[in-house]
Amino acid sequence: MTRLLSLTLVSVALASPVAAQQTLNIYNWSDYIAEDTITKFEEATGIKVVYDVYDSNEVLEAKLLAGSSGYDLVVPTSNFLQRQVKAGIYMPLDKAKIPNLGNLDPGLMKSAAAYDAGNAHSAIYLWGTTGIGYNIDKVAERLGDAAPTDSWSLVLDPANAAKLADCGISILDSAVEVMPGVLAWLGLPPDSTDPDDIEKAMAALTAIRPYVRYFHSSQYITDLANGEVCLSIGWSGDVFIAMDRAAEAGNGVNIGYTIPSEGTLQWFDMMAIPADAPHPDAAHAFINFVLQPEIIADITNYVFYPNAVPASKEMIDPEITGDPAIYPPQEVLDKLFPATVYDARTDRLINRLWTQVRTGQ
Amino acid sequence: MPRAQAPGMSAPALWRWTAAPLARLGLSGRTLVILVPVIWLLVFFLIPFLVVAKISLSEPMIAQPPYAPLGTWDGLRLTLDLNFGNYAFLLDDPLYLNAYVFSIQTAFVSAALALLIGYPMAWYIARSPEPRRTLLLLLVILPFWTSFLLRVYAWQGFLRSNGVINNFLIATGIIDTPLVMLQTNFAVYLGIVYTYLPFMILPLYATLVKLDDSLLEASADLGARPVATFFHVTLPLSMPGVIAGFMLVFVPAIGEFVIPELLGGPNTLMIGKVLWGEFFSNRDWPVASAVAIVMLVVVVVPFMLLRNAQARAEAE
Repeated sequence: MTRLLSLTLVSVALASPVAAQQTLNIYNWSDYIAEDTITKFEEATGIKVVYDVYDSNEVLEAKLLAGSSGYDLVVPTSNFLQRQVKAGIYMPLDKAKIPNLGNLDPGLMKSAAAYDAGNAHSAIYLWGTTGIGYNIDKVAERLGDAAPTDSWSLVLDPANAAKLADCGISILDSAVEVMPGVLAWLGLPPDSTDPDDIEKAMAALTAIRPYVRYFHSSQYITDLANGEVCLSIGWSGDVFIAMDRAAEAGNGVNIGYTIPSEGTLQWFDMMAIPADAPHPDAAHAFINFVLQPEIIADITNYVFYPNAVPASKEMIDPEITGDPAIYPPQEVLDKLFPATVYDARTDRLINRLWTQVRTGQ
Repeated sequence: MPRAQAPGMSAPALWRWTAAPLARLGLSGRTLVILVPVIWLLVFFLIPFLVVAKISLSEPMIAQPPYAPLGTWDGLRLTLDLNFGNYAFLLDDPLYLNAYVFSIQTAFVSAALALLIGYPMAWYIARSPEPRRTLLLLLVILPFWTSFLLRVYAWQGFLRSNGVINNFLIATGIIDTPLVMLQTNFAVYLGIVYTYLPFMILPLYATLVKLDDSLLEASADLGARPVATFFHVTLPLSMPGVIAGFMLVFVPAIGEFVIPELLGGPNTLMIGKVLWGEFFSNRDWPVASAVAIVMLVVVVVPFMLLRNAQARAEAE
């Protein structure tokens, strides 16, 4: 009897940690999920989530290329995903484990498939645009009513940038995010890989560089909201988060977001599972969980980025779905361009020139 | 006199079981004592250094890991493919030279400022009577009880346009438009001096507290004014503390990353940030490694030469 009991105890002791230690390590963008999504997932599945954030594709890629990152689920942007797939970073999704993939908009998934053939390794999390967030009052005060708020000229024209320098200009710290818009403003093809075009774009940035307070990809959310900077080249949803925070704080800061008429980048952030993920099953479960219309609607309501699940639209705040800066109308969508995939050589040239722009060297 | 026997293993037993077998292998106690730091240096300095040196000679690529192998081995023939282009590139682009110069300059100025601020403080603490002295020392160490990162973040709150300092200056009517202090080099100097000041004060205190009062009295008796006494007696005697404190501030400040990242702006061109940018933004491990190796050569080698020269001068 005693022996039997002790044997049972041993087997319980051996078995229980396995069940208790079901974990999922997520590495996602900062400010990019609803407050309660993780809690709901943990309650629904019993899987414990370790949630960690980054604010640039470059940092994510550096960690993934180093290997053994320990992350089970990451959310790279489509153009980065493409070359990471080529480098063998991701495992193919086991689509049988993600029945909710069927909820995704076939048109958007087809656009995303340009980066990941057959959507074999990834599913759209959210998407958005890269544009200009600005403090409406401070910009009007400095540039007058004729301020070109529908154009990249608002910041790329050195005369305007000089007038805005004292209230603070910030720019995303990522060359490949900023450059396509600059190329479009210069009337050059936004997906150009011609070194001459790239140098012209960087020269345009160098011209406004003396008026830029900083290059950073997440700090501007807080700074736009509390009036620390008055213009940011940033991501649509982040600017709306800043808008929302300013309204919550009631500090009188009015923020606008513009998709410049010259066109700008439309990007897709993709959920993918690293090939060396320690808990791939939990990662599949999370993708399936997130793609439920009510869950992804919560996320869009919280972070102001559109998702790719059409059934979620009726659960999203009409103020968000009705805002042309978040859900752009067709004629604006037609002007957006996809993220360019650069070969290693062009990538290095862009990085070099970007370092020079950023450091003023 | 009989020695107190330690409980447990007696000394001869300890010898028999540990040192004796090693002695049979030709390892004496002295060798063992030296062996520990040698292994430490080998594992935590030399091997990582060689790994970094190896990466610095390779070609970057988008793969896992993100650089090409140094050579190929087909079973019979080893083909090495060493790429010195990364070092040539560092010389080619003025960015790196400027970053090294700016880092050394920032670190030097910060260490000098810390010395100017820290010396009177250390002197005052060392001259204070006992209960107060302990209290003052405690106050110097107290900031370490809060995370360094949090304290640097707190400076953001002080320095920002609508932060504590600007709000105060505007409220009192001294200025009417906020001063831009955050994201400037001023903020970086402030952050470094603030953070590293205790590392300056503590070694200075340690030498000043041992200063023999009778030497100061003798100097005064011989007619030296306090200023002369300071420059001819106190300062020379506290030089070991000055040098130790200076090095403890200067060396880590050169490679500082967190402070320039959080308080500095795009003009703050410190090598730590450049290194981070190469590694994370550009994902160019070979160039990042080359930057690290050159930094080691630029910073460590002159120090080693200086120390050797000093040691030789003392021996003569």
